[in-house]
Amino acid sequence: MSEEIVSRLQERFTEITPRESLDWPAVNCPARQWADLAAALREEYGYRFLMDVSGVDWKEEAPRFMVVYHLFSTRKHAYLRVAVACPEDKEPEVPSVVKVWPTADWHERETYDMFGIRFRGHPELKRILMWEDYPFHPLRKEFPLAGWETELPDREVAEQTGAKVIGAPMMGGPFVAPDEGPMSEREPRARDETWTEKNPKPKK
Amino acid sequence: MAEQKHELAYDTKIEGDIVVTRADAAINWIRSHSMWPMPMGLACCAIELMAAASSRFDIARFGAEVMRFSPRQADVMIVAGTVTYKMAPAVRRIYDQMAAPRWVIAMGACASTGGMYRSYAVMQGVDRIVPVDVYVSGCPPRPEALLDGLLKLQKKVAGERSVQQLRVPESAQAPHSSL
Repeated sequence: MSEEIVSRLQERFTEITPRESLDWPAVNCPARQWADLAAALREEYGYRFLMDVSGVDWKEEAPRFMVVYHLFSTRKHAYLRVAVACPEDKEPEVPSVVKVWPTADWHERETYDMFGIRFRGHPELKRILMWEDYPFHPLRKEFPLAGWETELPDREVAEQTGAKVIGAPMMGGPFVAPDEGPMSEREPRARDETWTEKNPKPKK
Repeated sequence: MAEQKHELAYDTKIEGDIVVTRADAAINWIRSHSMWPMPMGLACCAIELMAAASSRFDIARFGAEVMRFSPRQADVMIVAGTVTYKMAPAVRRIYDQMAAPRWVIAMGACASTGGMYRSYAVMQGVDRIVPVDVYVSGCPPRPEALLDGLLKLQKKVAGERSVQQLRVPESAQAPHSSL
C-alpha cells in the first residue's frame, strides 16, 4: 500500500523520489514540481485534507530549508508526507498551496514567521505569531531560545516605558518544578541558582 | 441598638450626625474596600482568578467582586498570566486608560517575572511596563493567595497619603523605574 502510492506517483511525476520514513509513505519533491503534484494529490489521489505544514532548518547542510507537508485521505484513511526543499538558502521560497488546500493559509504564514521561508503566490503572507516588525525568525538554528534584543512592537509604549525586548535571562535554566516537597517550595526554578542576572555565570 | 448594653464608640445621642476622622483614613477606607478589578486574564492564572471570584472563594467578601472589563471603571488591574511581548503594549494601554488612583497586582510567576517562559516571546515580568503594587507567587497561585494579595494591597492603600496626592497631578509623581 505504502510503496504503491510512491511508485504510482513516481511514474507520473518523474522528479520525485521516495523518502525514508518510519511510519507513513513519504516523498521528496523539488519545489518546481510541487504545485502540480499538490493539485494532483488533492484532486486525483484523494488527499483532501492538509493536516500540517512545517519547516526544517538543516543548518549547514544544503539545501538548508525544507517545508514538510502532512496529507490525509479520509477515504483511504492514509497519510502521505511530502518534503519540499527550498532551492535558495539565502531567500528560501516554495510555491504556495493555498489554492489547493485553503487551510494552508495560516500554516504557511506560521512557517514564514518562524523560518523566513516565503511562499510564492500566498494571498497575504505576513507574520502570524510574532508582530509584523519583528526582525528575526525564531525557529532558525542560529536563533537562541532566549532571543535577541530588539524594540517593543509599539513605539509609543516603548518610549513611555523605556522597555525593550530583551534576551531572556537563562540563569541556570532550564526551569523545573521539583517533584517533592511542600507546595510552597515547588515553584519552577533553575537547578543551578549560583548565578543570576547580576552575578554572571563564572567562566570555566 | 438602643437595647444593647455596650454601645459602640459612635453615640448618636451625643454626637448627632457627625463622625470625626482624618480625611486620609476616610478616603483610604472607601478606596480599599471597593476595589473594582480589571481582570487582565492572559493565561491559566485567569482560571484561578475566576475561581477567586466565584462562590467558594468569593472575592466579594473583600469588596472586589465588581470585575470591570472597561478600564475606565476599574481601580486595580490584576495581570493574571503570561505577558507576551506582542500583548505587552495592550496591557500598558489598558493601564493608561484606567483612571487614577490605580493599582496593579501581578498574579503568578509569569506576570511577576516571566516564570518558566525564559523565551524570546515572553516579557520577563510585567513590571517592565507598568508599576506593580503586589506580586502574588504561584504557578498558578491558589485563589487564597490572590485574596491574600488583595488584602496586602488594601493594607498598602490604607497607608497611602491620599489627600496629599490629590493635589499633585500623577504626571508629577515619581515615575516608575523602567528596568
